[in-house]
Amino acid sequence: MSLIDTEQGHAYRQTRFDSAFAAGLAEKAAAGLIQIGARYGVLVSFLVFWQVASEVGWLNPAVFPPLDRILAALWNGLAGGFLLDDVAISLQRAGLAFSAAVVIGIPLGLFMGQVKAVERSLDPILQLFRQTSALALYPVFILLLGLGEASKVFVIFWATLFPTLLATIGGVKQADPKLVEMARVYGASRLTIFRRVVLPGAVPSIFVGLRLSATTALLLLIAAEMIGANRGVGFQVMNAQYNFQIPLMFAAILLLALLGLSANYALERLQGRLCRWNRLGR
Amino acid sequence: MAEAQTIGRGEVSIRNLSKSFALNGRDLDVLRGIDLEVVSGQCVAIVGASGSGKTTLLRILAGLEPADGGDVLIDGAPIRGVGSERAVIFQEPRLLPWLTVMGNVAFPLEVRGLAANEAAQRARRYLRLVGLLDFADAYPAQLSGGMAQRVGIARALAVQPELLLLDEPLVALDAMTRMTMQEELARIWAEEHLTMVLVTHDLEEAVYLADRVLILPKHKGSAIRTIEVDLPRPRDRSDSRFVWLRQFLLAEFGLH
Repeated sequence: MSLIDTEQGHAYRQTRFDSAFAAGLAEKAAAGLIQIGARYGVLVSFLVFWQVASEVGWLNPAVFPPLDRILAALWNGLAGGFLLDDVAISLQRAGLAFSAAVVIGIPLGLFMGQVKAVERSLDPILQLFRQTSALALYPVFILLLGLGEASKVFVIFWATLFPTLLATIGGVKQADPKLVEMARVYGASRLTIFRRVVLPGAVPSIFVGLRLSATTALLLLIAAEMIGANRGVGFQVMNAQYNFQIPLMFAAILLLALLGLSANYALERLQGRLCRWNRLGR
Repeated sequence: MAEAQTIGRGEVSIRNLSKSFALNGRDLDVLRGIDLEVVSGQCVAIVGASGSGKTTLLRILAGLEPADGGDVLIDGAPIRGVGSERAVIFQEPRLLPWLTVMGNVAFPLEVRGLAANEAAQRARRYLRLVGLLDFADAYPAQLSGGMAQRVGIARALAVQPELLLLDEPLVALDAMTRMTMQEELARIWAEEHLTMVLVTHDLEEAVYLADRVLILPKHKGSAIRTIEVDLPRPRDRSDSRFVWLRQFLLAEFGLH
């Protein structure tokens, strides 16, 4: 009891002595709230509008069910486990394709950006492939690889490869010739120049490509799963619509949005760690 | 080898140097019949109008461009590309933005195979010399133009060159910073017993820093004019002979 008393007394003294500090804190909190409001106000209003409009009947609740029903469907799906299975298989497809695109795209891009002759002779065919919609090629991939996992992963890989590859080539080609010359003056070999001047300078550009690739991977994932799958989040969107389980359909769509956001967030964090210098003073 | 040592450190000897560039299918002479000598420990400024080829001359000395004809000797040996006895300070600092100030100064030392701790130790010494030891952990984007250029100077000095080549090193700085940096360069030159070749547009800078000022002719093939600057150091910009020399050089370019 006495202990609590002392603690309270201590807390009281602290509040008295630190009232200026507390006022400062309150001011900071208010400023923070305003900032959060400015950033998320529109999003929150949009969600509130959806909920109200659906409940009141401005929107057809059969097509736009209220958010609480969507969230309930999402919870049931996750707790029931079947949506988790869909997420797992979708992540596996997109993850495999994205990893393959990174493992092939970055080294190939570094090589092509560095060796002009290779870049020049490969560029036209790359441009042709890039401009050919991956979805248009999906039937070809199905013919070649069958209707199973391989063709799905490959079509995602195909579309995911180009953003990373082209951004890597661009990043390497953009290397500042003045910095390269500086390194040359100090006797740096070609390999050292590549490792210590060209490559670090290309990292921000490579990350732009990676983030574009991640977005593309999810986009193609859904398309591929809608066309020829019986599992996966994309399949679930389509299937729920066929069966008129509209809340479940929106739940799957929401899940996709969350996957996209978290992939982007993870890449942003990684970029922030690797390229701290790139954000200084700019 | 013994002979080279008696010649001295960082001594430059250029004979009948010529260089031309292809421009729109025609050869454009940039340098023709250039002769010049730089004695060890001297600071020589090269001035000249735009297009006189002074930057090209410096790039040939640095080993960044091959000469078309003539001999370029450093300490009696013909140059073959870049060399560890030379360092260059460029117009821009040319710092690697992803390395700290410390990392940038240590960079050429690491390239040359110095152990990391030895490189760091030497980098620290030269950062102290340019007064930036407190900024060792800063990134280039956090520095002012003058500070960044001082890092570039520390980087060049850290390789302990016999011959320091400066290509309009202060041209990008504001007038106040430039004058401070000129004083700093004069101090470092004296402390480190360097041989320097300075290419500049700034005639006052040439008079302030150099033992000799060489005027590259605009007309290719004409002789280089040499002006001895035998003023005591540290130099006083308001000294009447300093002012007179500066006016004299201005008049050489038709300015008054």
